[in-house]
Amino acid sequence: MSILETHSLTRRFGTLTAVDALNLSIEPGEMFGLLGPNGAGKTTTIKMLTTLLPPTSGGASVAGYDIIRQPAAVRRVIGYVPQMISADGTLTGYENLLIIAKLYDVPRAEQEKRVRAALDFVGLADSADKLVRAYSGGMIRRLEIAQSLIHHPQMLFLDEPTIGLDPNARRAIWGHLEQLRHEFGTTILLTTHLMEEADRLCDRVAIMHLGRIAAIGTPAELKASIGGNGATLEDVFVHYTGNTLDSGGTYRETLRERRTARRLG
Amino acid sequence: MRLSEKGAQPAVLASRPWSGNPLAALGRFVYKVLIIAELDARKLRHDPTELFMRAVQPTLWLLVFGQVFTRVRAIPTGDIRYLDFMAPGILAQSVLFIAIFYGISVIWERDLGILHKFLVSPTPRTALVLGKALSAGVRGLVQGLFIILLALLLGVKVNWHPLALGGVLLTVLLGAAIFSTFSLIIACLVKTRERFMGIGQVLTMPLFFASNAIYPIAIMPGWLQAISRVNPLSYQVDALRTLMLVGGVSGFGLGVDFLVMFAVLAVLVGIGARLYPTIVI
Repeated sequence: MSILETHSLTRRFGTLTAVDALNLSIEPGEMFGLLGPNGAGKTTTIKMLTTLLPPTSGGASVAGYDIIRQPAAVRRVIGYVPQMISADGTLTGYENLLIIAKLYDVPRAEQEKRVRAALDFVGLADSADKLVRAYSGGMIRRLEIAQSLIHHPQMLFLDEPTIGLDPNARRAIWGHLEQLRHEFGTTILLTTHLMEEADRLCDRVAIMHLGRIAAIGTPAELKASIGGNGATLEDVFVHYTGNTLDSGGTYRETLRERRTARRLG
Repeated sequence: MRLSEKGAQPAVLASRPWSGNPLAALGRFVYKVLIIAELDARKLRHDPTELFMRAVQPTLWLLVFGQVFTRVRAIPTGDIRYLDFMAPGILAQSVLFIAIFYGISVIWERDLGILHKFLVSPTPRTALVLGKALSAGVRGLVQGLFIILLALLLGVKVNWHPLALGGVLLTVLLGAAIFSTFSLIIACLVKTRERFMGIGQVLTMPLFFASNAIYPIAIMPGWLQAISRVNPLSYQVDALRTLMLVGGVSGFGLGVDFLVMFAVLAVLVGIGARLYPTIVI
């Protein structure tokens, strides 16, 4: 049985159809990559799946719960790392995790243990009592991943987890995600602009374009689909999405992205 | 490094937040409200500068405006000194100023992405909103204690009965909760910092001057009296004046004051909880 399934999931903003009748199914334990140009509908899709945004029509289920009728149940079994910085700079790493542990109803006796385990997992035990403001970009992202794991979610959503990070920090994040999948079987859906990231991490990827899925499959399948001797995932991306010149999202999205990248970098 | 026992056990443990007896459910709800307030208190502990800066304005009002108008004797305040009359009003004003701009923190948290994290957690929206209100209340309480001390230094006859003092603090808490939730609703509607600041400025002065904070309702023209009677700040000031001063007499009756304040808060929290999730859209 799939852990995530969408049926004709659609979201319109006025006359713009951001996500257009999306049908997608993800298997338990899978690492799934959602690629596509800015404004293709990736973030909107994640917002709907994480119950932040109600769909205009269609629906989806996550871990057997309906995102429209059972949002509270969905929230308990998912973790979410937004594209923007969601750790609070004015608190310490430890406090950031403790508050999240409490909000997710981790029993009091277990809170300390879980927070410490999460800090260990992302290698932040030594910086636990520093204010997050003093963290590097890579450390902030690792803390956010730790935050999203504290309640042991079955499924994790990451919106551009490595945006603005240098190659070392990026590799550290990749390591954590792979470890997470191998040790705990967590299903992961991530969006990215880095073809190398998708190629290396993901079992399957979908390329979104104008709110629809233009292509879906394993990286190898997609490369083969464009008849590619030596084709890269980047070639695949351009092949399926290259017909628009003015891709790049709205002013507000761009502003937000650059701001996040600047603060993490 | 055992992060989890691989599976859904913890999720099942707490999958039904509203199940069980209603008292336990209420307990969990209050716990969530307190967590949100704890978050804010921890921030203040790391950087309490804001609290000190906030104390400047009411000090000026009491020291300068209060002292001068006490000499002028232009405003009829019965048999209490004008400075005594206005001290509770300035307390209400300073709490209003803290609370009315508190909503901007929501826009700030939205821009950062912190808010998304809270909304994706299994926390009831009402608890998030009430937790914010309580956070503003904590700031208000600090301010309240400061102003009471200042009033004492200026010779205001403060009522030290523990019940009266408790009543003052409760009123401060309620006032801060009301106006911070009002501010949160505005933040959810306007969605950007620039618009919010503009509206905040526009609202503060009318709320303050169309109330009984620094002059009694009786000396206002009729139309202003009507406005000040539907202004929740008037009821807050009335409660504060009754409870804080020795021999304070209520204009509306304490029962009415608290009834109005609780009712307004309930309505605002209800609206706020509906609007809160829309700010990330």
